[in-house]
Amino acid sequence: MSAPDLSRLTIAVPRGALLGGTLDLLDRLGIDTAEIRANDRKLLFEAAGIVTMRPSDVPTYVEHGAADIGITGKDVLLEQPEREVYELLDLGFGRCEMVVAARRGDDALGEALRRLGRVRVATKYPKIATAHFAETGRQAEIVEVKGSVELAPLTGLVDGIVDLTATGRTLAENDLEVLEQVTVCTARLIANPVSHKLKAEAMDRLVGEIRGEGP
Amino acid sequence: MLPDEMREVRAITEGLRQTFESAGYGEVWTPALEYEEVLRAGDGAASKAGYRMFDEQGHVLALRSDMTIPIARVAATRYRAEGGPLRLCYFAHAYRSVGRGSGQQREFLQAGAELIGVEGPGGEAEVIALLLAALDRAGLARHRIGLGDGALYRHLLSNLEVPAEDHADLLERLSARDMVGLEMRVAQLGLPDSARQLLTRLPELRGGPGVLERASEAAGPSVKGLQTLYAALEDRGVADRVIIDLGLVRDLSYYTGAVYEVYDPAVGFTLGGGGRYDDLIGSFGTPRPACGVGLDVQRVHIARAAEERLR
Repeated sequence: MSAPDLSRLTIAVPRGALLGGTLDLLDRLGIDTAEIRANDRKLLFEAAGIVTMRPSDVPTYVEHGAADIGITGKDVLLEQPEREVYELLDLGFGRCEMVVAARRGDDALGEALRRLGRVRVATKYPKIATAHFAETGRQAEIVEVKGSVELAPLTGLVDGIVDLTATGRTLAENDLEVLEQVTVCTARLIANPVSHKLKAEAMDRLVGEIRGEGP
Repeated sequence: MLPDEMREVRAITEGLRQTFESAGYGEVWTPALEYEEVLRAGDGAASKAGYRMFDEQGHVLALRSDMTIPIARVAATRYRAEGGPLRLCYFAHAYRSVGRGSGQQREFLQAGAELIGVEGPGGEAEVIALLLAALDRAGLARHRIGLGDGALYRHLLSNLEVPAEDHADLLERLSARDMVGLEMRVAQLGLPDSARQLLTRLPELRGGPGVLERASEAAGPSVKGLQTLYAALEDRGVADRVIIDLGLVRDLSYYTGAVYEVYDPAVGFTLGGGGRYDDLIGSFGTPRPACGVGLDVQRVHIARAAEERLR
């Protein structure tokens, strides 16, 4: 029986907004990312020990051990609290705010709450939105959408939205204003619980290098 | 479960049962339905029972979510008069609430062993060696044990004089292994640098016995306990399959000392676990020291199939 290589880590890398920061980090760690930068259709890079995927799939792959470690946003982790993964490090990059926003000027959210005792809120993050309105003592009907959330309040589907924003530009371009900050999200390093023990040495070395403690 | 799967599962449970029986662990059986107050007496959260119902007198019944509490009750009542060590094993279904589509089953088969009336570290060493042998017999080859102490972090918090009202929150973060959240929470305590380092870095220590040498005096009795347990495991010739993990916290509240988990590099989830629960039997009668282990048979089966694919 061939012994599994315990010094080698498979890394789940998020495509999308966190990809640039993630690849820069991997470069600093001496992992060759040229092939990934050159190729945005290929998903599996065996030589580098990297698999690429949507950020929201990273906890799934890491939980099941298909990747030993992964990088994803705190927003993804908050939305999938049932995933059994270890959160090892705040990587600092990819800073975004989770906000409540609504159409500029007409106070649709406040009016719905005053007159109807509840608000309708569209989001791609139903757990985060539900928790936020529950914690602030407001009855909210959460409408889950998959695509551009900004459209929902403009068409009268909902009174407001809960969404992630980095610069606020998309919100402003759609005539939406930020009303409340729910939380701040950055990129996080997560690990599979079993790999965390069985590949402890490789994982500690990586964490140490990211923290700047040197190899 | 159809015949193909059933045959494979039986092969695993027979391997486990033979190992347990030949080591003197007699099989017991208890009902799946327990009075909720019985489960609650063992563990404030009723051991996380997922399903409850009423009998005709309005008593609340719950489907057990693990076997340790029912066996503790049996040990405290049916074996009340017997003084010597008590070795029991079980193969039984337990019940948990699961998310739909998670692939987990609400009813799952547990196999396990409980050693009652033997103090640490001899008790844990016997149970861990038994567990490793039973899994060998069940067809696994690469399984490993993660070993920690459920009380270690609590000792550390008390020794560093962290206010008691902060303990639960810190332990919860450690138990979820939210190390980012733990570090943030520790930073808010306003402790000196050395204490802060200890609280965030000590639970990251895992590996061979060298880990215990690096662990500070601050974790006191827990580290000493783990050292003697590790030595006992060396005597039994199984220490090379044990990984010490100072951050290991099992989330059942009845554990009082050593805790352990079972891993296999072929799969990403734990196969089972256990620990020392010296106060549990006392909740049902005369206190007796005890420790044990439970395995999720389906997970062992998946690990065995995954190991075969890698061969």
